[in-house]
Parts: sequence; structure tokens; C-alpha cells
Amino acid sequence: MNAHAGTLRGKERYRSGVMEYKRMGYWEPDYVPKDTDVIAMFRVTPQDGVDPIEASAAVAGESSTATWTVVWTDRLTAAEKYRAKCYRVDEVPGAPGQYFAYIAYDLDLFEPGSISNLSASIIGNVFGFKPLKARRLEDMRFPVAYVKTFQGPATGIVVERERLDKFGRPLLGATIKPKLGLSGRNYGRVVYEALKGGLDFTKDDENINSQPFMHWRDRFLYCMEAVNRAQAASGEIKGTYLNVTAATMEDMYERAEFARELGSVVVMIDLVIGYTAIQSMAKWARRNDMILHLHRAGHSTYTRQKSHGVSFRIIAKWMRLAGVDHIHAGTVVGKLEGDPNTTRGYYDICREDFNPMKLEHGIFFDQSWASLNKLMPVASGGIHAGQMHQLLDLLGEDVVLQFGGGTIGHPMGIAAGATANRVALEAMILARNEGRDYLHEGPEILAKAAANCTPLKAALEVWKDVSFNYQSTDTPDFVPTALAAV
Amino acid sequence: MRLTQGCFSFLPDLTDDQIYKQVQYCLANGWAVNIEFTDDPHPRNTYWEMWGLPMFDLSDAAGVMMELAECRRVYGDRYIRISGFDSSHGWESVRISFLVNRPAQEPYFALERQEVAGRVVRYATRLCPSREATP
Repeated sequence: MNAHAGTLRGKERYRSGVMEYKRMGYWEPDYVPKDTDVIAMFRVTPQDGVDPIEASAAVAGESSTATWTVVWTDRLTAAEKYRAKCYRVDEVPGAPGQYFAYIAYDLDLFEPGSISNLSASIIGNVFGFKPLKARRLEDMRFPVAYVKTFQGPATGIVVERERLDKFGRPLLGATIKPKLGLSGRNYGRVVYEALKGGLDFTKDDENINSQPFMHWRDRFLYCMEAVNRAQAASGEIKGTYLNVTAATMEDMYERAEFARELGSVVVMIDLVIGYTAIQSMAKWARRNDMILHLHRAGHSTYTRQKSHGVSFRIIAKWMRLAGVDHIHAGTVVGKLEGDPNTTRGYYDICREDFNPMKLEHGIFFDQSWASLNKLMPVASGGIHAGQMHQLLDLLGEDVVLQFGGGTIGHPMGIAAGATANRVALEAMILARNEGRDYLHEGPEILAKAAANCTPLKAALEVWKDVSFNYQSTDTPDFVPTALAAV
Repeated sequence: MRLTQGCFSFLPDLTDDQIYKQVQYCLANGWAVNIEFTDDPHPRNTYWEMWGLPMFDLSDAAGVMMELAECRRVYGDRYIRISGFDSSHGWESVRISFLVNRPAQEPYFALERQEVAGRVVRYATRLCPSREATP
């Protein structure tokens, strides 16, 4: 289907009126993307009767230089350079009527170091386009030259671990529950109990900002009392993600400055604050030696459905460029959406310096991160101590495991819940490092650790039957490559 | 107070056999193994005293265990930790760290508070000798 549509040139190309996008230079199947091009891959579902090539060329056109009609002012520019070029359209395996369209963009189309500019081009104008039923941005490839214009994670996994003096195991956290309604004083109690019991972090939830039941300064003050008390009680560094999300940048800076003044090691923002605000906070975090946690609030509105929206792997890539240090990236086994292979792809995007193309993980391009810091993924939502072997196997050790309900809902109390999680984790790491088949021996390893730890015993008993086995909505579409017989 | 720094502090103290296996894990990963000791386990005390140089070229954990035995003989009344250091690109940092010795009487930390303007409290964590040892 990748036959040349016959781009018009010269005078013919600029005759006034409406012309097919594929004739205007937005469909160039012979084009070989340059190493310096930005590449985007969209899943395109054309309206019935619409030529998929024309639909894909339209995406290239509308996300770069085109409008609905020919304009002579193109001739005042190096138009052929600035036109995005759709160079390949494939049928999506197993999804009739859907196509993967590959589009290359010249680097000069983008302002250096700006996710807002990048996203305004790539997703700004094309998702409501009438000839298409639906469209999804599946993956992007950024040239090293472009990656290097971004700060990247303010702290990164390596320095975060050094700063916290915690190595060789996942970090443990919990989100304070109930997420709304606690007073500052009661909220700090939960923080203290959870940290003293053995967690490394506690966390504000996405919608805890400054409400009538608890204003932000009150929360920060009580939380830092709790953090310092737990630190003294254990001799370990502790932290709590103070959510500085607010209505304006000025408010956010004020809250972040106060968190710094109180000695917090970490602050938190929500994805809904927007890309510019996220980059501003990332720069603030770098300047102030602060770990920056990002809660991906709102992402499922556009990431979850396979036919339309933006894949979370795109958000993960943008956020690594933008410069946050933590990002929620799925648990696989917990309560929220997460196909194992797709989630593995997200984790690789966060943590590796080079991502090879891996269709089975939803990774369509080789991507070099050019020594940008590593971004710590966070697994949160419906996980508990009894799943520790699966979590370690699926997610690896550079991850924050957050057991909110799995800590605070413990029958013996919050500190006991925290201890159960920490003991389960340490026992599993010990077994893994000893070379044991911890995935299969997991329940046995946990039971043995529980023999010396009543809180773990209770946790395993309470949540023994809890699992969330639902069909994933977002899975990779690919044809497994047959290996040549040798 | 039971200090909970390091990878395995919530488990019963590791036996020498368990330590041996963890060291072997470090060596299998190509990490250099370092023994450090201190009498100041403050959570912000990054630089514990080094027991010699990191051991870069070992293949058998037995060498580390010999050094550990010697370190314990001299500094058995202090904290001793073993860490594995990864020099590969993108890490160039500690990849695992765990305690292998504790003093018989562990110290504790007092939290000192200085109240300043606007309800802000300045905290300092101060190392104190073991409560048991105090007359």
C-alpha cells in the first residue's frame, strides 16, 4: 500500500484551491528519515471510504505546515524542509480499518526544550480532524540533538538513592488515606506511623491541595514533624511527597519554597498542571536539590482507549524529557489498567539509557536517552505484601512500591502494615540475590519471613485472596517475527 | 534503638553464610565490594571509615569474609556495612548496601526542635549513647 501517490511540484503544486494532502508533499514513501528528525507514529482510523494514505498525509500536513487549501505563502519558505512527511503506512495487525502511520518532522519545526511546543505540533490540531473516526499517538522517536535540549529528571534514580542512602531494593511508599477529610494533625499521625513502621515515603494524593479541612501550610508542618520523628526513631532518611499543586505558578512556588524551608527531600505535582508548569517545577527542583514526584492525574482520559488519544508511553517519554523524578507507571497486578508487556515498555522508557525497538512491549523505535537521568517509576494502586515476588519480578528493583490500603488498612495498625511490607520486600530481595527461584518460591519465602513477623503474617492472611484479574484495554498490536530456522 | 539502614535491617541479623551469598551476588554482577565501619550512624553521615580499599578484582566471596572477620576483630563494637559498587555507565554508584555488624548496645537519636517564626520548627537529629548504657 506504500506506493507513491505522485507529489506535485512547481507551478502545479501551488495552483489555488483544494488539493489532496498526499499530492502536496505530505506523503513521501521514498523518504528516509534523517537521524535528526523527530518521528511520530499514529494509529489512524479513517472514516469509511477515506483512503488511509490520504488520511495519514492529512495528519502529517495538519501537524506541520498545511491548512485545508493551497496557500501561495508556502513559496516564501523552504517549504519542503518544513513539511512533515508521512513515509510509511501499515495495516494494524488484527485491527481491520486501523493503520499505523509513520511521520517524520524536521528538527527545525520545534523549539528546543519545550514539551508544550512539541505537543502543540504533534497533538495540537489533528485529533478532531473530520476524515478520521479516531486517532492515537502511539510512539515517538526523538533525535539525540533534541533530547539534549532538555534538562531531564532533576535528580534521577542514582542521585535520589545516594541522597536517601537506600540501595539495592525498591523504595516503599504509601498514599495517605482517606485522601480527603483528615485534619493536618491527624494526617501527620498517619505519616508518622507509616514511616516509623518501615516505609521510606508517604504521599499526598492527587487532590490534596489546600481545602477547608486542611490548609497546605498546616499539612506541611505536621508532615515534617512526622518525617523528622520517624527519621530519629529509625536512623534512616524518610520523606513525604508534599503536593504543591495549586491554581497558579506563584502559589506552587510558594508551597515548594516552604517545603524546602522545612527540610523536605521531595515535593509533588499533578500531571494536570500542564507541561509548562511541570517543566518550571523541574527546573525549580534541580535548583533546589529536590526530588520531584509526578502523579499522573487525568492521564487515563486520553491514554486508556487503544483507538483514540495518546499512549502513556508518550507521556512517559515527555515526562523524562520534562524533568520529573518519579512517575506512576503501573503495577500490572494492582487495581489500575496495566498489561504486563505494555507496562514493561513504560518502565524501560523511564529507566534505560537506550530503548531498542521492541514491538511486543509497544516500543516502535530505537531511542537513545543520551545520558539523561533515569526516571524512577512508581507502582501504586491495589497492591499488597502477598504480591511481593510478582512485583519484584515484573517491575525490578528501581521502582517505588506504594502500598496505600496495603499499609493503612492493616488489621494491627499502620506501623504494622508498613513493617509487613518492608519485611516481605527485604526477604524477597535476600532470596533473589541468593539465586533462588523467588517467583515460584515466593509464597513460601513470604510464609517463612512471616514466621518471625506477626504483622506480615496478618497481612498475608487478610489479603490472601485479593487480585484484580481483568482484561487489559491497552495491549500491543504486533505480529511476532518468526525466527529463521538455522 | 535498632538502626534500620541498609537493605536487610528488618530481617534478623544476617548469618555469615547469608552475608557470603550476598557478597557472591555482588561479585557475580561485577561490582566492587567495600567494607566500612563507623561509630556515628547518623542518617546523614555518608562517609563511614573505609576498611582498606574497595575490593575490585575478586571472584570468591571468601576474600571479603576474611576481611570482614578482621574488621570485626578490630571494630566489633561499631557498625560495619558491606556495599557493592557498580562502575558501569549510568550508575557509577552503590548498588547494594547492608549492615553486617552492630554494637552490642545500639545508640539512639534524639530529635531537637528549635521553634522559629510562623510555627516553623528547625529539626536536628542528635546521636545519643545507648539508653541501656546510661547509669
